[in-house]
Amino acid sequence: MSEKKVIDARGTFCPGPLMELIAGIKQSEVGEELEVLSSDEGSAKDIPEWVNKVGHDLVDNFESDGVWHVVVRKAK
Amino acid sequence: MASDKISVIVVSESRERLQMAAMVASVGAVSGHRVSVFLSMNALSYFVAGYSPYDIPVEGEFGKLLASKNAPEFMDLFEQAVDLGDAQVFPCSMAMDMLGLKQADMVRYLEEPLGLTRFLDDATGGQVWTF
Repeated sequence: MSEKKVIDARGTFCPGPLMELIAGIKQSEVGEELEVLSSDEGSAKDIPEWVNKVGHDLVDNFESDGVWHVVVRKAK
Repeated sequence: MASDKISVIVVSESRERLQMAAMVASVGAVSGHRVSVFLSMNALSYFVAGYSPYDIPVEGEFGKLLASKNAPEFMDLFEQAVDLGDAQVFPCSMAMDMLGLKQADMVRYLEEPLGLTRFLDDATGGQVWTF
């Protein structure tokens, strides 16, 4: 099992974190997990909507010290 | 039944409208929609290769915020719509003619110039957004 990829999108705004996640997913294998770090709360709400819509798995989504951590598993 | 097709007409030179158009195009294109963008009027010049405007006009305070905060650049979002999603970006053939531009003058991800008749025909039955 490979390590979780971390995508540090702190400091940018919607849809920056989502687009960075998608670029990361395209370069990942099915089953890999990616963790997006975002200081933009809107992205923390929007990314799970996208994940649900396109059929990947939302593994975790939590806020810590002003940073949102959204963990996604590539499902297809 | 919702259509999966989104057509985006971009004619404004203002930062706010270009940003919103790019957001709709990019998020739509990576979310299962087929996105078609039509660039005309004052919006087209931004897509000339190598063009780097010194000052992009804003309509209000939010436009100034976009410029000062680390918001994604609208040109990058349009490019990502094509590279990461299902989007095509077309320059308006009329505007290209009026500005004396050829496809080779434009950024690499633009399609061949398209006429309004064809664009509107392709837009039939889908969502149409104008900025």
